[in-house]
Parts: sequence; C-alpha cells; structure tokens
Amino acid sequence: MSAALDAPERPAASEAFRAVSTARKVKNQLATVLVTLAFVIAVIPLVWLLVSVLIKGFPAIVSVDWWTKSLSGVTPDQARGGVYHAIVGTLVQALIAGIIAVPVGIFAAVYLVEYGRGRLARITSFMVDILSGVPSIVAALFIFALFISIGGLSQSGFLVGLALVLLMLPVVIRNTEEMLRLVPDELREASYALGIPKWKTILRIVLPTALSGTVTGVMLAFARVMGETAPVLVLVGYARAINFDPFEGNQASLPLLIYTELSTNPSAAGQLRIWGGALTLILIVMVFQLAASLISRYSAISK
Amino acid sequence: MAKRLDLKDVDIYYGDFHAVQNVNLSVPPRSVTSFIGPSGCGKSTVLRTLNRMHEEIPGARVEGEIQLDGEDIYARGSDAVAVRRTIGMVFQRPNPFPTMSIRDNVVAGLKLQGVRDKKKLDEVCEASLKGANLWKEVSGRLDKPGGGLSGGQQQRLCIARAIAVQPDVLLMDEPCSALDPISTLAIEDLIGDLKKDYTIVIVTHNMQQAARVSDQTAFFNLEATGKPGHLVEIDDTEKIFSNPQERETEDYISGRFG
Repeated sequence: MSAALDAPERPAASEAFRAVSTARKVKNQLATVLVTLAFVIAVIPLVWLLVSVLIKGFPAIVSVDWWTKSLSGVTPDQARGGVYHAIVGTLVQALIAGIIAVPVGIFAAVYLVEYGRGRLARITSFMVDILSGVPSIVAALFIFALFISIGGLSQSGFLVGLALVLLMLPVVIRNTEEMLRLVPDELREASYALGIPKWKTILRIVLPTALSGTVTGVMLAFARVMGETAPVLVLVGYARAINFDPFEGNQASLPLLIYTELSTNPSAAGQLRIWGGALTLILIVMVFQLAASLISRYSAISK
Repeated sequence: MAKRLDLKDVDIYYGDFHAVQNVNLSVPPRSVTSFIGPSGCGKSTVLRTLNRMHEEIPGARVEGEIQLDGEDIYARGSDAVAVRRTIGMVFQRPNPFPTMSIRDNVVAGLKLQGVRDKKKLDEVCEASLKGANLWKEVSGRLDKPGGGLSGGQQQRLCIARAIAVQPDVLLMDEPCSALDPISTLAIEDLIGDLKKDYTIVIVTHNMQQAARVSDQTAFFNLEATGKPGHLVEIDDTEKIFSNPQERETEDYISGRFG
C-alpha cells in the first residue's frame, strides 16, 4: 500500500472504497508470489552459468598472451599461449556469412514488404519460416553434402561461413521485414506524391528510416552465429596456429577450440583454456549485442 | 504554371467495389475548390485519383478521363511518377521524413529527382519555406530534424515540400484535421496566398472551412453504405452555402444529416 493512502492525517476510507474481499487479497498475494518465484527460477541458471564461467575463465583471459598468441608450439599440458587463432577464425567465418547473408537478407525483406504480392511472396515467406527452424547440424550437413561430397572441395573456414549464411539469413530477413513494416505508409505516400519513383523511395526514404533497427538486427544475427558449433565440427579441421585464409587449410574458432580441448586435453591447462574460451566467446557476443543496443539508442529517429 | 483540371465521366473502383460513380467537374486554374460530404462518400478517393495516388492500393482503377489542361493523365503511356511531379499532394496527417533535417525535407523532391546544385537547392528551400509562411519560424534551425516542429509547423513544412517541386496543382486531403484552431488558421491563410500561383483542391470535413477558403464547392454524397458515392452538385461556394440547387445539399450544410 502506498504511504500517501495510509497517512495518519487522512480520514478513514468510507465503506465504498474499502477492499472488496479477503479472498481477492489472498489471490493477489498468491499470484504475486508465483510470478516472482517463476522469475527467480528462470534467473538462477543464468546467473549460475555466468558466474561460474567468469570465475573459472577469468584467470585465463587476463594475460596479454591470451588475446595475442596462438597455441602454435604449445604442448597440451602447458598453460601458455592464447586463443588469438580461434578469435580470428570465429570473426573471419562470421564475416563471410555476413557478407553474403546481410545483403541477400535485406533485399529479400525489401521484396517481401515492398513488392511481394501473391504466390511468390507467400512461398518466400514460408521458406524463411522453414529455414529459421533448420537445426545448425542440418545446415552444416547440407553444405558438406553439396561442396565436399559432390563438389569435391576440402574442409575450410569458407564452408563454415556458407553454413552460417543459412542460419543467419532467416534472422536478417525476419528482422529487416519487421523494421520495414514499421515505416509508416504515409512516408511512402509523401514520397510518391513528390514524384519520386518507388525504387528511390525505398532506397532513400524507407531504408534510412528503418536503418537503426535493421543494423541492430544484423548485429544480433552476427552474435547468434558466432557461437554455432555444429558447422565448425563438420566443415573445418582444428588448427593450433593462426590461419587468416578461410579458403585454405584448417582454421580454429572458439567453439571448435573449446570442443577440441574438452575431448583431447584432460590436463589442468586444457580445463583453464575451455573456461577461458567460453568466457571469451561470451564477451565477443556481448560486444556485438552492446553495439546493437548502442546503435539503436543513438540513431533512433528523432521525434 | 497553374493549370485547369477536368473530370469527365469518372468512375472509380476498388476491385469489384464501385466506390465513386460518374463524376463530372472542372477546377479552374488559380482557384480553390473544396470537396465536402459525409464520410465514405468518395471525396478523398476522387482527390487521390487526381494525382494517381490511389493506384498504390492494389485493385484500384479508374474509368473516364481526368485532364490537366486538356491532357489525359491516364492516357496510355502516361507515367504516374511524372503526373505526381505536376500534381502535388498534402496529406491529412503531417508526414515529414523523420531521417531528414528541415532543409532536406523541403528539397527532398528535387534532391531525389537528381538536382545537386547546392545554391539552387538553398534558394528553393528559402522560397518554398517563405511560400509556406514558415521561413521566419525555422530559418535559424534548418539543420534540425523536421519531426521536432509542432504539428501545425510540420504541416506547413509538408506544404513547403510539396510546392518546392513546383507543381501545377496542389491537392490537400483534410490538411487541418489533425491541427489546433490556430494552426488551422495559419494553413487557411496560406491557402489564400497559394491560390495566386496554384490550382488547389481541398477535401475537408469542416464546412466552415470550405466556406472560408474555397471559391467553388463540390458536394458528394452516397445513398447508403456499400453504394457508390456520387457528386451531387458543384457551384460557387457562396451559392452552395446560401442557395443550393439540390435539396440533399441543403440538408447537409444546414446540419439536418451527416
């Protein structure tokens, strides 16, 4: 109850304004307790996970070497070297995915919102729904079948990027679509009424208006695919040295490094590297999400 | 610059729905014509066919002829984009482009049509804002976003934006319905100034407004919901409001229905 209502100088409430029934009060209390409890239960595992990763991973990531050196020439039981090679791999593979998925996704969304009518639009929309439900291992196996089994290529970071495209596309399309639909039709009409053709209206009025939301969505899509593990397990070999070239040879990435250390290195140094790798991955994803929220805050349309 | 509009046997459809039936009217240059009538009578629909904006709604089509100085704007090969460059429009709710500054809003039409000359754009910007009676209020903050202005100022900004592309005709779709009385007065004064240079057609729900601003008034009505709207009569504003030919018109303007 608020203090103002219970202030002593006020006269007691008249009969009409008193609480309706005790049963209602009890129900109210019960519901409050229930939703609070549900919230606490939902938060516990999240906090637990974050705290344990922080505590166990922190000792690993504080050294400069962790961010600047690879594991080249480090034996499994040595607590030396770093994960620079894996960070490079993760970023390169995500970048390849982004270069393909972002423009295609944005164009597809523009089609769906601005041009799509009738059957083709319905089919496209349906396909996007299907695609967003595809498990990452299936995307990885599809790329494996297409490029390695049939195409005869060898494993590479580039193929990981291609698998990530399949996972990124529906996210980019759906998000951009939503942002474009938020642009009021009145702005399109205002532009048409000035004698501006449709394509220019989309390019110069609609897309800029939806820009911040679209960029935010793209950032979140990046954050999402960087942690994907199935594609790196299927499509590329692990390397302990730095490899900038996604088309040639093995390329590490953070999920792959964590998995490899977990399955092959039981030493204390390996354990430390696993937790450190996990924390590093969380940090990088967080940077992208932070960037996303900053962009949406500072470039929000001034009203 | 100002041109005359003639509508001949115009019928408008949305898909199977016959929205407006058999409209014949003429809008002389350098004058204000207002469309009045109850909701759903098709006055806004007729207005939107005058610069081919209704085409943006799927299934909409027009029969009959709409001529701008004798040239059919629906003739085969005529381009809706080109028509809209000649016949501008101001909408019910002010809709400045939210990503653009005041200056960019005013010259948006020219800029997006490919005019790059900065000096010319600045000149047009100043002239249009002066034309819209907004220059004094915003000349010090042309780089600020257009969304920061008051509703009435935004609507005048939209008028400045519409006249910056130098159209022959200016269509206004209830331009004051979202504004307070003082802003409304400002817009009405502006309409009086603009008619020296433009042919103006305005849709309004406010009969006093029609009486105040327009030279001739067209009254639209519909027999029942679901039936097509039609033009009841068009005449000098004074005559419509004092001595209309049709009983329907008199009932409407005297407040007996609608």
